[in-house]
Amino acid sequence: MNFSQAFKMGMKSIMSSKLRTFLTMLGIIIGVCAVIILVSVVQGSTGSITDQISSLGANSISVMLTGNNKAKTVEYEELLEFAEENPDYIQYVVPNMSLSGVTVKYMNTNSSVSVTGTTPEYITIKDREISEGRFINSSDIRDRRKVAIIGSYNAQDLFGFESPIDKQIKLNGQIYTIVGVFEEKADSEEASDDDLVVIPYTAGRLLFNTSKISSYTVWATTPESSEQAADMLENFLFKKLGDEDGYRVFAVSSMLDAIDEITGTMTLLTAGIAGISLLVGGIGIMNIMLVSVTERTREIGIRKAIGARRFNILSQFLIESVVVSCMGGLVGIVLGIAGSVTIGMLMGVNAFPQVSVMLAAFLFSAMVGIFFGWAPANKASKLNPIDALHAD
Amino acid sequence: MDDKNSVNAEYMIDISDMYKIYKMGDNEVRALNGVNVKIKHKEFVSIIGPSGSGKSTLMNMIGCLDTPTSGTYYIDGKEVSKLRDDEQAKIRNQKIGFIFQQYNLLPKLTVEENVELPLIYAGVSGVKRKELIKTALSRVGLYDRRHHKPSELSGGQQQRVSIARALAARPPMILADEPTGALDSKTGTEVLEMLKELHKEGKTIVLITHDNKIAHEAERIIRIMDGKIVFDSLIDGDKNEVNV
Repeated sequence: MNFSQAFKMGMKSIMSSKLRTFLTMLGIIIGVCAVIILVSVVQGSTGSITDQISSLGANSISVMLTGNNKAKTVEYEELLEFAEENPDYIQYVVPNMSLSGVTVKYMNTNSSVSVTGTTPEYITIKDREISEGRFINSSDIRDRRKVAIIGSYNAQDLFGFESPIDKQIKLNGQIYTIVGVFEEKADSEEASDDDLVVIPYTAGRLLFNTSKISSYTVWATTPESSEQAADMLENFLFKKLGDEDGYRVFAVSSMLDAIDEITGTMTLLTAGIAGISLLVGGIGIMNIMLVSVTERTREIGIRKAIGARRFNILSQFLIESVVVSCMGGLVGIVLGIAGSVTIGMLMGVNAFPQVSVMLAAFLFSAMVGIFFGWAPANKASKLNPIDALHAD
Repeated sequence: MDDKNSVNAEYMIDISDMYKIYKMGDNEVRALNGVNVKIKHKEFVSIIGPSGSGKSTLMNMIGCLDTPTSGTYYIDGKEVSKLRDDEQAKIRNQKIGFIFQQYNLLPKLTVEENVELPLIYAGVSGVKRKELIKTALSRVGLYDRRHHKPSELSGGQQQRVSIARALAARPPMILADEPTGALDSKTGTEVLEMLKELHKEGKTIVLITHDNKIAHEAERIIRIMDGKIVFDSLIDGDKNEVNV
């Protein structure tokens, strides 16, 4: 007797009691559905956090000089030199001077902005575009030109429909010429990525009231090398400053790693909890199959009398339980996709289940079918044909 | 392969010194108490005895459904009393066609599928199965009912389906356990006639019954009582027992 015959026999008895089959399946359906929804929603919501952090740039390393040790300091030029010595690890060193609450004035319009003093690489590492005019260039830096690039919110706020290019604004009373406008990134809302003013760091020393740069964004060559680049920077800074409290180095990718780890733990945890319901579903299958074996004792006896071997009976019952659990698994996957997409939409995250999750849930349900179907099938195959024939 | 054990191949059934002892607490029940039965190929034999005589136990032994406590059993020259479950199943499948009092058809399968079962277990290919099913069902005149469920047929028809099932795999022996027990006398006679025809075609027929009249349809009667053969006689043309 081959597999397809055993399969046909299994299907026949499944189809002959549809309600019971459905109820048996329900445990698996709910289990698979729960695993998929929970895992997808956890992954979807942590995915959106990860996306936010990644938007900082997975290559980026934030370096802060806290200035605890007044005697020793590290100059921008020294960092540049260090970067040039390690081109495999560090691509850019971008100074990051900033001051918030700066009063910006054009004609009679006043408002408050935060101003960043930096270099031309800023636009690359922040992944921004210019919609009008240009960004800072190296001659702006060299000549300490008082030029400014403003966000789309500020352009609307200060100039309305006028072009801001070549207009002069006052930042805390100092005159700057606008040379460019950033392309809109966040619907031109106040206090968003579109509310900013960027100037050359060399021009801003008067505005910032310091010539000391205490914050840099160091751009690693690749996201993978960023953690090692961060280690190298720490060593370098420790050598220069001789004080661990004098600096802080922090790679975005290491934070992503930490989040990944947390996501992994959360996923396992939720999958485990949902897996319990799958286990309960499996016990349901075993229960029904045991009842079914008892009910069909006579059938088993007849089959054995006319020549069925243990393997024939075993495979017939095993196929029945595996088919029930796999069908339950498939229905569960469909409902799980629908459920996680719906919940994802309500939560505003992308919670479409990963193929690997669906595959794992399906395989697990098939395993449940084999595992919990084994005992009843084995019991059936071991029935004595005489006892079975005389059963009612 | 069969030749290896073909010691007594002249007999279809050769049972020697068979005991079946059940232990019930301190008591032991000797369902079979030293039974010797030899049945030749193509013989038609009735085994008759009251209930509790060991008749059913003997039938289970002949049908390879049970193993004896001691003794030997050769079917068609092959020793089967010490076989494992699966080997017994193979013997049942190849050598014996069963006909039961209660028909024992599977209610959820069609007539055709019921007849197909022994062929499936014998590993017969799909095309060949169709052919054998047609032959067997035509033989009992129910080929046109092949797509019906057993419950849609009369008792006599159901018993004929079970005869077709017994014949399908072309076993040399038919083992019929009270085949007319659940039928009225007219259909019972039809079934008996069918068994006689099968006998004429060369099958060995073993008929188990408690009814003297039915038992006399055979060529030979074996009477069993208290686990022992008490009487073994041939039947002449006038249905009289002739001692041997």
